[in-house]
Amino acid sequence: MLRLLGFFLIVVAGTFGEMCISRAMKEAGEVHDFRPSALLQVAAQVARIKWVWIGLALMTLAFFALLGVLSVENVSFVVPVTALSYLAGGVGGMLFLGERLDRSRWAGILLVCLGVAIVILSRK
Amino acid sequence: MEHHARHKRLRLKTQIMILIMVLAGPLGNTLLAKGMKGLGTLSIASFADLLRTGGKILGCGTIWLGIACMLSFFVAYSLVLSWADYSYVQPASAMAYAVVAVLGIVVLHESVSPMRWLGIGIVCLGVIVVGRTHPNTTETR
Repeated sequence: MLRLLGFFLIVVAGTFGEMCISRAMKEAGEVHDFRPSALLQVAAQVARIKWVWIGLALMTLAFFALLGVLSVENVSFVVPVTALSYLAGGVGGMLFLGERLDRSRWAGILLVCLGVAIVILSRK
Repeated sequence: MEHHARHKRLRLKTQIMILIMVLAGPLGNTLLAKGMKGLGTLSIASFADLLRTGGKILGCGTIWLGIACMLSFFVAYSLVLSWADYSYVQPASAMAYAVVAVLGIVVLHESVSPMRWLGIGIVCLGVIVVGRTHPNTTETR
């Protein structure tokens, strides 16, 4: 049960954490000026958005869950599971960020999931 | 006409940022690993050891290059998410697997198994399919 919770945290908390960062960046607005001083201003603006901190907390939680699961499971079993995060990203993008995913994007995401799983399994 | 030009600009700058991500991320990881391995066995048994180890790490140019690459990755990742969909950027960044394989062959003279090439090929195909969709399906400010 604890292992299942660990896998859930790795995939869902990790992906949701990144989506929170995405939401914060969208709230800050599209960046047009790429000069260092302008980028520092964007960073200061983003630091005031709560989603950044929620995102960082979730990504930290996912990292420690990964360490915890790796202490009881083989890396060759744990790491391929992380390919599921691409699928979670598609579902979360749609539900949490209001993105409209058409069939092509879903097909692409599934291919990436499959490809990443094969790449990781080939390391055994 | 203006909408078409704006769409092309958006796609181009999204692809440039993803290119920076897929190059800087794996390169940063490789440089950090190389830098840390080059330092030999490190000890943090006492406070003095910890300070010595910290000094060794901070004095290594390869590690600083690695940190600069990782910082570039993080900045590009954050910036691209300010206008592009997460469900577009996340799978597209999986191109890093292909970059790692090429870096392994060119820099470290490693061999890549046929199964790994198959996986990389499927990832590339997936990225091409995702890349043909619109990078932004939501409104940004």
